[in-house]
Amino acid sequence: MINTKVTIAGVELKNPVMTASGTFGSGMEYGEFVNLSRLGAVVTKGVANVPWPGNPTPRVAEIRGGMMNAIGLQNPGIETFCSRDLPFLANYDTAVVVNVCGRTTEDYVEVVERLSDEETVDLLEINISCPNVKCGGISFGQNPDSAEAITREIKKHAKQPVIMKLSPNVTDITELARAAEAGGADALSMINTLTGMKIDVNRRTFALANRTGGVSGPAVHPIAVRMVYQSAQAVKIPIIGMGGITCAEDALEFLLAGATAVAVGTANFRNPQITMDVINGIEDYMRRQKVENICDLIGAVK
Amino acid sequence: MEKSILRATVFSQEQIANQIYSMWLQADAIAAAAVPGQFVSVYCNDSGRMLPRPISICETDQQGGRIRLVYRVAGKGTAEFAGYQAGDTLDVLGPLGNGFPLERCPAGRTAFLIGGGIGIPPMVELSKRLEGQVQVIAGYRDELFLTDELAANGALYLSVESGDLFQALSADAGSGAGAFPLKESVPEQQGVVGTCASVRGITKGNVLDCIRENQLQADVIYACGPTPMLRAVKAYAQEKGIECYLSLEQRMACGIGACLACVCESTEKDAHSQVNNKRICKEGPVFAAGEVSL
Repeated sequence: MINTKVTIAGVELKNPVMTASGTFGSGMEYGEFVNLSRLGAVVTKGVANVPWPGNPTPRVAEIRGGMMNAIGLQNPGIETFCSRDLPFLANYDTAVVVNVCGRTTEDYVEVVERLSDEETVDLLEINISCPNVKCGGISFGQNPDSAEAITREIKKHAKQPVIMKLSPNVTDITELARAAEAGGADALSMINTLTGMKIDVNRRTFALANRTGGVSGPAVHPIAVRMVYQSAQAVKIPIIGMGGITCAEDALEFLLAGATAVAVGTANFRNPQITMDVINGIEDYMRRQKVENICDLIGAVK
Repeated sequence: MEKSILRATVFSQEQIANQIYSMWLQADAIAAAAVPGQFVSVYCNDSGRMLPRPISICETDQQGGRIRLVYRVAGKGTAEFAGYQAGDTLDVLGPLGNGFPLERCPAGRTAFLIGGGIGIPPMVELSKRLEGQVQVIAGYRDELFLTDELAANGALYLSVESGDLFQALSADAGSGAGAFPLKESVPEQQGVVGTCASVRGITKGNVLDCIRENQLQADVIYACGPTPMLRAVKAYAQEKGIECYLSLEQRMACGIGACLACVCESTEKDAHSQVNNKRICKEGPVFAAGEVSL
């Protein structure tokens, strides 16, 4: 018998495989391809207090080994989300993590308070790391003082445990990890996308209308593993590792580096059933390596 | 539950114009379900290219369980596809999107099927399935493709931008009344290749020039092509009071409605997004012209 259960801030996940925010909607579209109840958790696309229209198109571009996006956090707003997306997710036996975005601290707090009575919501993931919006997002996530301050403010209002999602676009991610922990974060997730730029040489223009975008996919995986490892040495709270997972081996690297759970993102676009492959692959690995409890893998590489 | 990517086998691959390829895929489930105007996501076998390429379905052969994709090689992904031969296999997901509303052109009504460039292919299956009277207006830049298929199912009118191509076609055109009996094959010159069955008219200019020159009329318009063309078609339809459906294109990531990459601006607030954005892969790619701002 193998045990794949992990616990994040008191919330038990049947396995450590979650979806990365923004790549999976609220699961509705992917529910046609996978049994959502097999996932450790569904992490929703970021939701704000009011609907956001997002950025102009083109919003995505492919790069070797990944992609860039500048969606700009388009979302229908918290009211539509609560009346449509949460009831959908309540039908499944999976943990629900709601990713929260905002322009100001008050925006974040408004969403967090609105969600406090929603029993479907197990965890909150606070996006202070989106590189594609002018206000909010990354502006909170690049300075340890503001990261600590917003974490503290959100913790005052949040009923569910709070995961702070960190940006890799910093000199030393451990400073931000420590700041979020000091602010009272229950867990961390990392990494959001790396800011990049792609130029279309034939049209002599930027590939993305936003000029810059967030780089994701296998190309960023080693960077993410390194940042998870460093952060795991720096803080005591659990870490959810993400960045370029395309298979069980990629996910296992995060666990061995110190992550308690992982999230699969860009690879969903290559294969909408990839999360199932990752879960199955982790179970196969555990049987092969005779690992009874997945927790024995967490941080096993020192 | 449990839609899935399927592994399709290339049945045939043929270059039909400069950078334009025609690939028939054995993909039974997609062929059985597809309606004109829908598309498929085609995945590269090279795992370094992660995003699927959305390609419209040109034709389906339901009995044979095949779909035909006519696509332009625009980058490394489509170049990879063009290298595959009969027997090679590819991951494909579909059919995706909504497709053209066939019921808007029942018997007794007349339609314009307007295709521009690589927007021409979906007009082939549409021309086969409409019950009403079909007039295809196909806009080409400097070479022809799919003209035999289009002429087989409706009255075909060509608009061509290139003066060289126009002269070559005009020189070939006979003097018969009504139809222009063109040579089966336009001779290869300056990279111009293509075949041409009988067409009703050839116009030097754009698709609207062609409609005006031939004094054509219709009750409904179906169009696919570059945005400037769609914008002009929408304005024309509005001016004439003709019902009009446009198939749009945008860079996509997931192809199934989750990532919100391929949005277009909608005239009204969209029920799903709660903003003036619609997903081309999900609510589209075909929209009533009045639904979208171009």
